[in-house]
Amino acid sequence: MSTKPALKSEPAEVWITGIGLATSLGEGLEANWDALNARRVNVDEKTFAPYVVHPWTQVNLDAQIPKKGDQRQMEAWQRIGTYAAGLALDSAGVKGNKEILGRMDMIVAAGGGERDLAVDCNILNMEAKGNCAPGFLNERLMNDLRPTLFLAQLSNLLAGNIAIVHGVTGSSRTFMGEEAAGVDAARIALARIAAGQSDIALIGGSQNGERKDLLVLYEFDDFNLRDKFAPVWARQKNAGFALGSAGAFLVIESKAHAQARGAKPYARLTNVVADLARRKHPGEVTATLEKLWSKLGKLDDKGAIITGATGAERATSEERAFLGEHPDFAVRASGTMFGHTMETQFPLGLCLAALSISRGALFPPNDPTGLEVEMSKPPTQIVVIGAGHWRGEGMALVEAIS
Amino acid sequence: MTATRDKFGRPIVVVTGMGVVTSLGAGKTDNWKKLTAGESGIRTITRFPTDGLKTTMAGTVDFVPVEPFSSTDLSERLADIATEEAIAQSAIGSKGDFPGPLFLAVAPVEVEWPQRLELGRAIGDTVDYDGMLRVSGGGRFTQYHRRFLFGSVADHLAETFGTKGSPISLSTACASGASAIQLGVEAIRRGEADAALCVATDGSVNPEALVRFSLLSALSTHNDPPQAAVRPFSKNRDGFVMAEGAGALVLESYEAATARGARILGIIAGCGELADSFHRTRSSPDGKPIIGCVRNALSDAGIVADQIDYINAHGTGTPENDKMEYLGISTVFGERTSQVPVSSNKSMVGHTLSAAGAVEAVFSLLTLEHQRIPPTINYDIPDPAIPFDAVPNTARDARVTAVMSNSFGFGGQNAVLILTREPV
Repeated sequence: MSTKPALKSEPAEVWITGIGLATSLGEGLEANWDALNARRVNVDEKTFAPYVVHPWTQVNLDAQIPKKGDQRQMEAWQRIGTYAAGLALDSAGVKGNKEILGRMDMIVAAGGGERDLAVDCNILNMEAKGNCAPGFLNERLMNDLRPTLFLAQLSNLLAGNIAIVHGVTGSSRTFMGEEAAGVDAARIALARIAAGQSDIALIGGSQNGERKDLLVLYEFDDFNLRDKFAPVWARQKNAGFALGSAGAFLVIESKAHAQARGAKPYARLTNVVADLARRKHPGEVTATLEKLWSKLGKLDDKGAIITGATGAERATSEERAFLGEHPDFAVRASGTMFGHTMETQFPLGLCLAALSISRGALFPPNDPTGLEVEMSKPPTQIVVIGAGHWRGEGMALVEAIS
Repeated sequence: MTATRDKFGRPIVVVTGMGVVTSLGAGKTDNWKKLTAGESGIRTITRFPTDGLKTTMAGTVDFVPVEPFSSTDLSERLADIATEEAIAQSAIGSKGDFPGPLFLAVAPVEVEWPQRLELGRAIGDTVDYDGMLRVSGGGRFTQYHRRFLFGSVADHLAETFGTKGSPISLSTACASGASAIQLGVEAIRRGEADAALCVATDGSVNPEALVRFSLLSALSTHNDPPQAAVRPFSKNRDGFVMAEGAGALVLESYEAATARGARILGIIAGCGELADSFHRTRSSPDGKPIIGCVRNALSDAGIVADQIDYINAHGTGTPENDKMEYLGISTVFGERTSQVPVSSNKSMVGHTLSAAGAVEAVFSLLTLEHQRIPPTINYDIPDPAIPFDAVPNTARDARVTAVMSNSFGFGGQNAVLILTREPV
């Protein structure tokens, strides 16, 4: 971290100057933009049936993670994230720039890594057959776990791998806590830059949705979408989320820093706000979203919203009620196109907002219910919403730089 | 009137409440008494069978019952205990209504073996993950969704203590506790909050966690006697010892604290961080990231190394850490290195992992308060390559005005805090 003790009196303007997307729709901005415009969804209803997931589009990992040894040290979720982080650095034009990377801050929103399912199942089966001697579990774990698997599971080792592979070392912070982690990563990074505590930051997250161990966690409360894919707004009779697979990273920096190095912005990150509704009574999510909306800043009429609405209940219905209060905004649910990428969903929304603004168009609706409507004019303001499936509400304002 | 801003014009951040729980006991009084008496909290593990394990001891907190056991449940209980103590001391807000945000350092959460075995038994057939998925839904295990979300401990603390806004759960591995404090300091300096609750907790001693560190050859195997296992800076040190605990600090702006007449326990004068890109578990051999991190902390505090009169070391007792920590400190402190007392709380409480940075910040502040430096115990065979004044085996009275507390972790995590009695 570059130590910048003195706080500025006026908050610094913050620009989004890098976007890295490696998702179920493809790698890079073109592939994702084309898929969004073609309303192409990459969904797998069979491999994990009855659960629906969005599989990652395989890429040539060597392009962003050149050393095979590094690739082997990671599980899929880390490879996806490290890959997408590299794309974001490329996009910002700072890849390999040791001077900048050495003082670039990093906040990663992360869950945990893949378990070794074979090891788990072997232990459970042996136990079921009466192997319950003291120390049985110890012996199996000592003998069967790969020594470095732990490092591929540790939440902060996504950031660790990004530091190793790409050299981002100004700071390394990992936020956990499902959807809210992604909101807070953006919120804190923005606040630090705005206050002069930092000049430039890499933020984002990644998830591999093709994971039975992850499905188990959400199945405990029947959150997984079953049987058949449907757009997020069309899941009222079959609620749930389809786990998505994506890495989504952004480079954000102060306007002054970007201008000094001649960087072109995609958009401005104007504000990020968050709260935690207790959700004990119906309507609390709706009310919290309304409160956050009022804190975003001045919103023009007929803007756009990109939401990470999950499709799971009650949160999605409560968010629908909130959206109903703002009917002149064109809404897009990223969960329809990408699935639910949990910690990554909010950074993904920020990426899509910045991309849409830079392309001068909002991608088309994909929603048979009619909640999502066409937007003909170029968006100048996009509100990104993230209401967690269980906890956490967040919102950001992304704006065109006029 | 005393200035409420530091030399950089930022609000001064003070500590008005502290809580701690470790294997030595619950609360500051008990911990401080034992810490300065050179007592060890490391003991032979009784929580689960240790047959087949190379390491059979840990700094477990066995006096907080959690049944059925899960590390996440224990982490939550420990965080509760430390936070209650901190808020009671600070007397801030009102019960269940803390007037600021929560920053929580917590170990990554996952479904654990007792629960996984329960799922396996529910299948009653050949067990595979498809079978587990079949029995997981339908409401039978709903509580495990709540329990094993990464945000679950923060969610609980936010509700119990009434913190404001979106609580942040963070992991920077073994630097997490320091990072939680740093986030609180930054929020107050930005003027976003007048107060912040910074908590760090870890209840990780379970079979798989122990095996994981054991497979990385990170743990001491000096099992007998367990009290002698952690040997920071000693020639015969052979690894760290896993331990449990929690630390909690109420941070406030100096202005807000003095306005409500709160007793000020110390100042968080500076925070530094710098990541290491060398290796997943090892520090860069040139020590540059650690050196840079220490310099960042000093510079953030606006002081120089000469002003530090005690270093609360990361001091895990692994061959690698202690060597690198010496390299880092000696590079920055130069000829003065051997004159600055450097001790490791971990020699007594073990390595409380995600909690360590906050637990040791509390101990650093108690060092300032009592003007007494806790020792490094089990220091019988000094490592000649690490010629620290390690405060060997016996606590020492000393004039201490500024403490540096170090935290380093897997994944290239480095964080350093500067704590003082008075504003600098």
